[in-house]
Amino acid sequence: MNEIVVKNLSKTFAQGEQNVEALKNINLIVETGDIYGIIGMSGAGKSTLVRCFNYLEKPTSGEVLIGDKNLGELSEKELREERSQIAMIFQSFNLLMQKNVIDNICFPLRLQKVSKADARKRAKELLEVVGLSDKAKAYPAQLSGGQKQRVAIARALANNPRILLCDEATSALDPQTTASILELLRDINKKLGITIIVITHQMSVVSEICNKVAIIEKGQVVENGLVEDVFNHPKSSAARELILRGDDNKAGGTVETLNGERKIRIVFTENSSFEPVIANMVLKFQTAVNILRADTRNVGGVAKGEMILGLPEDTELQENIIVYLKERGLEIEEVTGDV
Amino acid sequence: MFDSQVISMLLEGIRDTLYMTIVSTLVAYVLGLPLGICLKVTSKDGLKPNKAVYALLDFICNIVRSIPFLILLILLIPFTRLVVGKSYGSTATIVPLVVCAAPYIARMVESSLNEVDPGVIEAAKSMGASNWDIVTKVMLVEARTSLIIGATITTGNILGYSAMSGTVGGGGLGDIAVRYGYYRWQTDIMIITVILLIILFQIIQNVGMKIAGNLDKRK
Repeated sequence: MNEIVVKNLSKTFAQGEQNVEALKNINLIVETGDIYGIIGMSGAGKSTLVRCFNYLEKPTSGEVLIGDKNLGELSEKELREERSQIAMIFQSFNLLMQKNVIDNICFPLRLQKVSKADARKRAKELLEVVGLSDKAKAYPAQLSGGQKQRVAIARALANNPRILLCDEATSALDPQTTASILELLRDINKKLGITIIVITHQMSVVSEICNKVAIIEKGQVVENGLVEDVFNHPKSSAARELILRGDDNKAGGTVETLNGERKIRIVFTENSSFEPVIANMVLKFQTAVNILRADTRNVGGVAKGEMILGLPEDTELQENIIVYLKERGLEIEEVTGDV
Repeated sequence: MFDSQVISMLLEGIRDTLYMTIVSTLVAYVLGLPLGICLKVTSKDGLKPNKAVYALLDFICNIVRSIPFLILLILLIPFTRLVVGKSYGSTATIVPLVVCAAPYIARMVESSLNEVDPGVIEAAKSMGASNWDIVTKVMLVEARTSLIIGATITTGNILGYSAMSGTVGGGGLGDIAVRYGYYRWQTDIMIITVILLIILFQIIQNVGMKIAGNLDKRK
């Protein structure tokens, strides 16, 4: 079932005299139960896009359908009711600093006119879900970043939403805390069946929990689909950049661009990455290949790797190498221009 | 040192000063708080931006604040007479005090509300909060420390301004200080009234700051 359908969505901001096109003709379908990653560099428009999903930003043109409701056709009051079904968490947590943890979680319930006693009861259950039962009376200022995000998640779950939007929810957290928050999100998705949208600039977040991904660049979706497909065969330069660069440039060094050299990209799938294929190949052909970049990472629980090789000049040798690699179950792709 | 007549006069002065200060502050807040909220809500980044309304309120606030209180006191005499029936006495002083303080309060409230994290307001919106909910349950609650500090400063200012009411026979400690100290050269009485004013000011300041500090959960 389709949970969120975005049709031909565009958003233009007036910035002084000129108009800035933040989003251009976006089409997306998110299905029920998806953990859908939307990834892009900062300024790509992903935060604006996610705010169109609950109409915090009204699109300039195009439609957003949540279930069978077209958000653009709802009255102000109906929209507010619909929003209680679309929860959101933020990079900066955005908790009420003057209210304690339990009152923060009660807040959305009280907005929906739930009685104080019922709201407290529900809040206590939620605190258990996020593992913070002992912090009910604490104020946000006394909590760590990870704890604050847990409170924000509990608050987001209060009204039993169908959709949870996460806007850079882990970007302010350290790697360990990020991992625990992602695990919590995955749990919520599995146990409660909530569809989750994850906005991030971190590839690791997408590979950790998402089943689908859309790559957004300069306000446009340049590529989308199953995480495995996009990661194994990135078609757009933005996707390659994100996947190869990885996070914090740890994927390794600069790439030497050797003009005229024939380059191929090898994708390791399943168990092939544990075989010393490249080494065997070098031994067999008695020729050197230039390893321009290599990277392996964990994608959806399966070890994935890829490598960019610069081939020797001899064209016959090149063909032999490609055939050899293909025989060993590797996926080969020509790389042109800069990688 | 003083006879009972002077002491009872001073006590009466304290009573009148407190009466003017407290009633003026309360009435001024009844007007200034909604005005300040309107300023914030209609401002460019507010919940319901409205250039015309904001410009009008902004203009009124600036005009009134730029008139010196002493001039305002005299300018408003006909209006004061219309409202309370006479133009002298403590109650009559409340009218110009309120007119003077309300726009000042509106500005203080506006700047306090500006301190509320826009992210928290956005979060409330994402939960389906109406603008009314956001003002009453988010903005005023999150800004409460700053609002109370503002109220403390305002009350102190009104206490000071109330002393000028002596010029229109307004009563209170300031009136006594002017009458005895300035017109009759009785410096001792003037000094006593000034000390009393300082003590009152300190009490207001300390109580206000204490409340603000106790209500602040951000640290």
